[in-house]
Amino acid sequence: MLDLAPRDPAAENSVELITFRVGDQEFCIDATSVKEIRGWTPATPLPDSPPCVRGVINLRGAVLPIVDLAARLALPPTEPTARHVVIVVWIGRRQVGLLVDAVCDIQTVPRNQLRPAPNLKSEALDGLITALFTAGDRMVALLALDEVLPALSEPTP
Amino acid sequence: MSPEQLAPIRAQFFQECVDLLADLETGLDALEQGDPDPETINTVFRAAHSIKGGAAIFGMGELVQFAHDMENVLDALRGGQIPAGPSTLKPLLRAADVLSDLIAAERDGQPLDLASVAAATAALAALTAPESDALPEPSDDDLDGLTFAPVPVNLDLDGPAQARTWRLRLRPYADLYRKANDPLLLLSELGGLGPLSVQLDTTALPPLDALNPEESYLGWTLELHTAAPEAEIREVFEFVEGDCDLEIAKTPPPESGQETASADIPSAPLDEAPTPRAAPTPSPTIAQPPSIRVNLERVDRLVDLVSELVIGEAALAERVSALPGASNSGATSALDDLRRLTRDLQESVMAIRAQPVRSLLQRMSRLIREVEAITGKSVALTTEGEETEVDRAVIERLTDPLTHMIRNAIDHGIESPAARAAAGKPSEGSIHVVVAHRAGRVVIEVTDDGGGIDRERVHAIAIDRGLISATDLLGDEEIDNLIFEPGFSTTEHASDLSGRGVGMDVVRRSVQALGGRISVTSRRGQGASFSLSLPLTLAVMDGMLVSAGGQCLVVPLTALVESVKPKAGDVRQLGAGVTVMAIRGTPVPLIDLGAALNYGGRPVCPAGPTDGVALLVEDDTGERVALRVDEIIDQRQVVIKSLEANYRPMDGVAAATILGDGRVALIVDVNAIIGGRRARGHDHVRQAAHA
Repeated sequence: MLDLAPRDPAAENSVELITFRVGDQEFCIDATSVKEIRGWTPATPLPDSPPCVRGVINLRGAVLPIVDLAARLALPPTEPTARHVVIVVWIGRRQVGLLVDAVCDIQTVPRNQLRPAPNLKSEALDGLITALFTAGDRMVALLALDEVLPALSEPTP
Repeated sequence: MSPEQLAPIRAQFFQECVDLLADLETGLDALEQGDPDPETINTVFRAAHSIKGGAAIFGMGELVQFAHDMENVLDALRGGQIPAGPSTLKPLLRAADVLSDLIAAERDGQPLDLASVAAATAALAALTAPESDALPEPSDDDLDGLTFAPVPVNLDLDGPAQARTWRLRLRPYADLYRKANDPLLLLSELGGLGPLSVQLDTTALPPLDALNPEESYLGWTLELHTAAPEAEIREVFEFVEGDCDLEIAKTPPPESGQETASADIPSAPLDEAPTPRAAPTPSPTIAQPPSIRVNLERVDRLVDLVSELVIGEAALAERVSALPGASNSGATSALDDLRRLTRDLQESVMAIRAQPVRSLLQRMSRLIREVEAITGKSVALTTEGEETEVDRAVIERLTDPLTHMIRNAIDHGIESPAARAAAGKPSEGSIHVVVAHRAGRVVIEVTDDGGGIDRERVHAIAIDRGLISATDLLGDEEIDNLIFEPGFSTTEHASDLSGRGVGMDVVRRSVQALGGRISVTSRRGQGASFSLSLPLTLAVMDGMLVSAGGQCLVVPLTALVESVKPKAGDVRQLGAGVTVMAIRGTPVPLIDLGAALNYGGRPVCPAGPTDGVALLVEDDTGERVALRVDEIIDQRQVVIKSLEANYRPMDGVAAATILGDGRVALIVDVNAIIGGRRARGHDHVRQAAHA
């Protein structure tokens, strides 16, 4: 497990993050956006959707899209099994499920330890990764949820 | 209060105005029909009064003034000074329309038709003008039945100089404080009328541990010595009427027995004390059970949860039935009970979203008054079944089609008064609207007694516009229904449905978009009857569950004409990638549904196409195609779920639904698939042109 970053007494100077694994890489998102974490259930594919959108699932009566973060990060697409995990997050007023390999930890990170991401020179990643921080001997990347699901409002061309 | 604090109160006021306007109009309509119940006029009066009171809080001067003018007329009507005939009620109904415009203007900042306000104000003034000089401020005591001649009556106005003592009991409800009223201001205003003694009544005050700080427990007993008439005293409490128990009584002048009077006051239960004026609690003429306002989102959440429950229950039943010995264990019968309960629960929850169509029909009576004024025709609207309940979303989206149907009936159906007289009909035309539940759908019929559809003319126009050929043989009904054909109407503006002169094809399209059907029957010289049937709710629809391209899909039943098992001879390929199929001799394009949705479905095979099933579907314009699917699974009711709520709209998919096993199935958008085929065809043409 990871070393916990030292807790900052002034809560506004730190941020709570959920870290998870996609392939062998580690990423994190703001924990306040997370609605719930659940196991993978097969999604209904959607016509004419980008490859990272696996389809839609039913979450207690709401139909929400599932984004395969591996495909979104330009890694080989996930081949999901029952052991894969869906992190349901709020993106604005929308609920979206993020398909990841495993959830690792919740940790509080002082804001001053977050380093802005450099220009990544990658069409898939630019804007998606906003910051990086070092936890122990690893570097964890913070994802901008707004960028996870591209072209939300535009209909399929 | 800051504007931000005021905003929600303002919003609430406008929300209440909707109900109050409905009460007002229902009551006036009832009075016009000769309703003798005195409570009807009281309800109407209270509605106007409450609007005035609310408007005053927000400083909406014009609205206050107009409501006040209406109130004056209503007061005179209530007192019997003016008769309750059409000469009074027509202007009052028109004034109710203007009042509703004024409210809308305040709410949305819309520009106002000042001329109509001025006209309505003048009409109201004309109603009270002859009497208002002759009669003093009407009091409630003994004026009933008086004609306008001032007859000396023993009233409380027998001498302005003669002061008397009044005993008042005031007990505010918590609502009074919530509406930012302050009893102290009322009392000091009362003190301005004469010497006032105030006694606090704390009998209702509970022990401290039972005290709810937001509740109102205190009341006052007041003694006022004044020469002012009762009306002036009442005016002090004008804006808190309905939010407090108020009792105003004269003390007997000879013996100002204050001790005896005040002694029994605190012990008397205040609620039971008779009030001289009609009780201000809202008790409309139509007996309505008490109701509450609920945020629509909460109801929708409840609907979602119940449909989840139904799915969960089905999954449980499936697992239990798979257990060994399940049928003897009692679990099956317990599950049956559970299923019945969940079904009842689902129906009850859907019923929460249902509303009576009365508000919709009221809008129609207003529309008729407007169109009457424009066309110079006189039309009486009668309605039936206004208590029929329909999903609120259906009601909202019905307004435009119904508006147009009624406009159309007056414009084209009802003849001019002269023509009616020549035909031996009463000069006033009639439109009858019936709303009823029939076979799980709501049916609305609009019948007029006008000239009916001129079949020769319709036939000629249809030939002229190329909708039919001159040699086509059509039955009467087929000719009548040509008016719904796109291209029949001469006007092109399809967007503004409520505007004038929009084709009936737009009406049909919007009705079909709601999953409904519309048809017309007509008898020359006797009138036409439009019938429209709709699902009770937009949240549920009938669908055909099919599999195509390896997926479960739902085809809306409203779009489905028939399903056919293709035979080898019926299908043939034309050129590259276009396949047609003959259904009852008529060739229609055959589209593979899986392929159309890019599910990687097999291309339609021209050689051995007998596998699968062809569904003949029709879009809103009546264009037909056959959709090839792998198999038909089931026909069922499905709950419609939005894809846009969490994702985005998608071409070819209208919405989603949740199947019994909890998985999501997509609902096919037949219009988009038929239209998309056309668009793709164009793309092909364009690509070919660029190559």
